[in-house]
Amino acid sequence: MNKKGSRNIFITVCVAPALILLATFMITPTIEVFRMSMYRWGGFSNTREFVGLENFKVLWNDMDFIQSFQNSILLIVLVAIITLIFAVFFAAVLTKEQVKGGNFFRIIFYIPNILSIVVIAGIFSAIYDPKSGLLNSIFGVLSLDSFEQLWLGDQEIVIYSIAGALVWQAIGYYMVMYMSGMASIPASYYEAASLEGANGITQFFSITLPLIWNNIRTTLTFFIISTINLSFLLVKAMTGGGPNGSTEVFLSYMYDQAYTNSTFGYGMAIGVVVFTFSFALAAIVSRITKRDVLEY
Amino acid sequence: MKLKNFLLTIGLIVFSLVLAACGNTDDNEEAETPTDNGETETEEVTLKVAALESAYGAEMWEKIKEAYEELNENVTVELTVEKNLEEVVRPNLQAGEYPDVFLLATGREEGLTDTLIKENGLEEITDVFGMTVAGEDVTVEEKLLDGFTDTLATNPYADGKTYLAPMFYSPTGLFYDANLLEEKGWDTPATWDEMFALGDKAKDEDISLFTYPVAGYFDSLIPSLMYAAGGPDFYNSAMTYEDGIWETEEAKQVLKTIANLGDYTHPNTVANANPNDFTKNQQMILDNEALFMPNGTWVVGEMSEAPRAEGFDWGMMPAPAFSEGGDRYAFTFFEQMWIPKAAENKDAAKEFLTFMYSDKAASIFLEAGAVQPINGITDQLEGNKKLFYSIYDEQGALPAMGGFASTEPVPGVNMHDSLYKSIDGVISGQVSLEEWQSNIEETSDKLRDAMN
Repeated sequence: MNKKGSRNIFITVCVAPALILLATFMITPTIEVFRMSMYRWGGFSNTREFVGLENFKVLWNDMDFIQSFQNSILLIVLVAIITLIFAVFFAAVLTKEQVKGGNFFRIIFYIPNILSIVVIAGIFSAIYDPKSGLLNSIFGVLSLDSFEQLWLGDQEIVIYSIAGALVWQAIGYYMVMYMSGMASIPASYYEAASLEGANGITQFFSITLPLIWNNIRTTLTFFIISTINLSFLLVKAMTGGGPNGSTEVFLSYMYDQAYTNSTFGYGMAIGVVVFTFSFALAAIVSRITKRDVLEY
Repeated sequence: MKLKNFLLTIGLIVFSLVLAACGNTDDNEEAETPTDNGETETEEVTLKVAALESAYGAEMWEKIKEAYEELNENVTVELTVEKNLEEVVRPNLQAGEYPDVFLLATGREEGLTDTLIKENGLEEITDVFGMTVAGEDVTVEEKLLDGFTDTLATNPYADGKTYLAPMFYSPTGLFYDANLLEEKGWDTPATWDEMFALGDKAKDEDISLFTYPVAGYFDSLIPSLMYAAGGPDFYNSAMTYEDGIWETEEAKQVLKTIANLGDYTHPNTVANANPNDFTKNQQMILDNEALFMPNGTWVVGEMSEAPRAEGFDWGMMPAPAFSEGGDRYAFTFFEQMWIPKAAENKDAAKEFLTFMYSDKAASIFLEAGAVQPINGITDQLEGNKKLFYSIYDEQGALPAMGGFASTEPVPGVNMHDSLYKSIDGVISGQVSLEEWQSNIEETSDKLRDAMN
């Protein structure tokens, strides 16, 4: 056997375990989801019936699904935009300005990220508590009684309460990511800019933002994926989709349908839509934010 | 280039191997149809029992296992007792490995029992009730309390055949602080008119009339009201999705009463009515902030460590009647035990089921707080428990039982959601009575065609 042949065998042996694992645990289940979405099946028995695209047709007219879809999109948009703005702002302040105790704040901001989502649900149910909650108490102390709300009881605002909790837990993580991007920008650029008379805001928009753009692009995909996942966990732990389904997100609706309502096939159809949607959204976002990478 | 092609080929081979492997297991699964071995009593049998670990704890099942093995030396009981039983057994079931007996009620979040009912995966056990109780010489039927085996909760297809055995029953009703009512000199209301009048009186003292843990808890109150409004026939018609049943006067009366309660419900109730905060709603009763809540006897244990108003004393009453002297009902919850159709040792499983109604088993359960629906059991109860379980004798309440008939699964349609979960919206005034009613009727229409 020549050298090349043995080299190939060696490479194959090295890659095979990863490939097998990938195929067994990622690709096959995904294909299964797509396949099951075309069956009417409760999840256990052998009586599965092939129904083609029937599940998707029902889905198209299912107002509860559409509501949960809207909620998910609202959360993705709100959480991404608000977190992005806050995270970039805090990152810029902490890296550029000589804030006393900068490292301390860095840790404080990052802490929510290491908490389990169930703990976050507990914290926020204490914050939003109508009687003794932090939020209503603050408004009460400031005599702003009209701002006191049933944060988890009013169908109109409860989804924003969820968004608030998600933003709170996400800021620190993204802030640290942006900070690492900002730290690698040479200080000489800023010195040159200030000699030219550019103030802090101009410097931020003309130097910082363009140079961390690639960083931001990557995090946009993270925002989409993590909001889809975390909103499900938070909703399950904090509101149970209520009141009256107003905080149902598409993954919690999928769970409800696949298990509680015994329509496993239908649940998988929702899974297919979510899968396609998240891929498509990530691709679109990545495409429209594409800029030439600035080298420095 | 060559390397790339080579890797691609390897990748494809691996991938198709995995797919093929999956395909094979599928075939196996289908080929593995349940077989009845026809085992005789003397053969060694391993009986797999899967039970939910609920508030009663897991220890009682160990004792049951010991007691049963002592009685039947050829039987080895293999226990799976878990708090998240569904998650633990689901993979096994999907691989075709079924326990022989399940203790797992319907109407749970994961809906495992409900799914198997919908998919016709339960063994008929009508004959069990004619069998002699293991270790005794009376039949199950003779020991069982009346009415427990002719409900939709035991005969889910409404065809007179029993598929689920009733276990651990618990009356439900409206819970209150008996001491508070006595102090204020208020009588427990017997009719809804009296109830709302009391609500007005309480409002003056800054106490709300009503609260509820989560909207799902109305699955005890609404059935009681439906029984009171139209009797058992009306209830069964509604549970079997009869056309137009939710547009009748009786149904309207029930739904309107719930909607009226909205004005008397503690303002923070809806905000707390979620899996994280529902105990705050229960706490309102303990703190004398609200008068009544629908609940089950388990609430006493659930809130036993919670702080409470001075002199607090649990009271429980059946749902008020619609008119003076009208019938009052208290819904009875019970858990269910059943045998999957795919079980291996069905005969041994049935034998085990009969044992559940023996005096020996009942006293083991009772020790842990679980009450079996057998004659004479209420005499052995003490304290609060005695008071709650005597609701049918002392307070003249009639028992209400059973839930919705089983249907084939219908995507996106769920009666529990339409009827109960919407109540949060109704109470907070964001869903109108008419919307709620037409939504229930619509759901009922869709499910009617899907009845098994």
